[in-house]
Amino acid sequence: MKKLSARRRHPLAAVVVLLLALAATGGLYAAFAPAGKAQADETAQSLAIEEGKKLYTVGCASCHGTGGQGTTDGPSLVGVGSAAVDFQVGTGRMPAQQPGAQVPKKKNIYSQAEIDQLAAYIASLGAGPITPTEKQYSPEGADIAKGGDLFRTNCAQCHNFTGEGGALTHGKYAPSLEGVSEKHIYEAMQTGPQNMPSFPDTTLPEKEKKDIIAYIKTVNGDETATPGGFALGGLGPVSEGLFGWIFGLGSLIAVAVWVAAHTAKAKKS
Amino acid sequence: MSSQEISEADLPHEQATTHGTAVAEHPFADPGLPPHKPRIQDIDERAAKRSERTVALLFTLSMLATIGFIASFVIFPVDKIVYVWPLGHVSATNLSLGLTLGLALFCIGAGAVHWARTLMSDEEMADDRHAIEATPEVKAKVMADFADGARESAIGRRPLIRNTMFGALAMVPLSGVVLLRELGPLPEKKLFHTGWSEGKQLINMNTNEPLRPEDVAVGSLTFAKPEGLEESDHDFNNKIAKDALMIVRIQPEDIKDKRELEWSHEGIVAFSKICTHVGCPISLYEQQTHHVLCPCHQSTFDLSDGARVIFGPAGHALPQLRIGVDDEGFLQALGDFSEPVGPAFWERG
Repeated sequence: MKKLSARRRHPLAAVVVLLLALAATGGLYAAFAPAGKAQADETAQSLAIEEGKKLYTVGCASCHGTGGQGTTDGPSLVGVGSAAVDFQVGTGRMPAQQPGAQVPKKKNIYSQAEIDQLAAYIASLGAGPITPTEKQYSPEGADIAKGGDLFRTNCAQCHNFTGEGGALTHGKYAPSLEGVSEKHIYEAMQTGPQNMPSFPDTTLPEKEKKDIIAYIKTVNGDETATPGGFALGGLGPVSEGLFGWIFGLGSLIAVAVWVAAHTAKAKKS
Repeated sequence: MSSQEISEADLPHEQATTHGTAVAEHPFADPGLPPHKPRIQDIDERAAKRSERTVALLFTLSMLATIGFIASFVIFPVDKIVYVWPLGHVSATNLSLGLTLGLALFCIGAGAVHWARTLMSDEEMADDRHAIEATPEVKAKVMADFADGARESAIGRRPLIRNTMFGALAMVPLSGVVLLRELGPLPEKKLFHTGWSEGKQLINMNTNEPLRPEDVAVGSLTFAKPEGLEESDHDFNNKIAKDALMIVRIQPEDIKDKRELEWSHEGIVAFSKICTHVGCPISLYEQQTHHVLCPCHQSTFDLSDGARVIFGPAGHALPQLRIGVDDEGFLQALGDFSEPVGPAFWERG
């Protein structure tokens, strides 16, 4: 120790101390910083974009253009965000089978991993709504009654008060919400697919979207009770009246005809 | 009395016996009723007993079903849900009450029908109507009495009495007409004004917060109410029925109507949510075509062209609210609607 302190005024002492300090800082940084992971993440991300671009070229480019810029057959995808891709491809709407008033939902042929790659590629073209995490769309602990209020204000005009769907103009329609996953409902509200208007977080915050999802799952889920029996499409008095007139009155008339057609006489004539 | 006046020869079964000759002279003569045939219950006492037992069984079943109705009302909690194929998840109370009450009523009806068909008398009988016209003597008597009365009252000789009587009778209904005024307050100018006025902020119906222009994205749909109107207000429903606002954002270059563009704020347009046909809330907005469809009678409005009617029975375009931005950067109304919102009415002009 004495030797060391004796040389503290050596001209090179400052250089040695500086080197030691740099080595210590560098070592500590190397030990604690998540440098390697970040690099791995970035590679995975660029790999996903790379893979997504390949999938895009095969499945989407014919309508949306080679760089997602859009053509006369399909809109530009710059800035639609990963949430829109996850919804459109995840529900099987895209790639579309044929042009028409509205692209219907069909069997999804992509795996979730492929959809994520496609979404990563589209998201890299321009910023847009990001695919929500389960924490965002899970209806756990949401206010169902408030969700009902919001649903009736914002959604029921097209999707019917229990989400059964309904008709729009020129062959377009609001689809039924039965069996649609929470994630896809959330994404639809956020991105406004096809002719549906969007309900961005600025006007309909995340918490209220959760309330709406909770309401839909309560009134139109697998376990939803219909206390009266046949829901008849949940359309209200129209289908119920039709059922009553045709089957209710019809069976009364049938019984009356049956009673009158069977004579009680001993000798049939 | 009437049946005594009809001669025996006119009775249907008499005609039936002279059927053969009637055809020749009178091709459209009433053929009468076919001869009565007995039922098995009329001939066989054991069959009648069987019928009696069936009817009694049906009535007993009805009694049991009524007891079942009361029992299921007592037993099942009102919110009990059970799975029943093919109905699905249904309320146990609803289902059992409906089935038991239905069975009770059906068995009463079925028992009554079976009783009437098998045991009650089924002899066909015909009874002709008597003539409606009075006899000439009665007619003459009535006319003579009326002439006597008119002469005795001297209504023709004393015109003062006659005229004042007609006057009094004509005036009396007026009191009923005057009372109609008590049906409610006059509408006055209420139909011409809404809760919007210059400087009122547009409050988002979802968040109950004032809206900023940057909150409203292109293709989004938002509903707004005027500042100061709260859902807890006692007359909220009456007020919102006129004030409800639909806000969308359209790229300014897509707006075809010049006034609409002038009254918008950077493409944010605010239209009345009340259909101009019969006042349904209208908000089936298609964000790509900018069409708004009314769910009641399919009136369609083009929001990119001054909310012009492009289909359906609505008589005029949706009224637009002129909006701008206040000092704090919130969207605000620049006045009331320039025309009455909702369905047309007589004085609307």
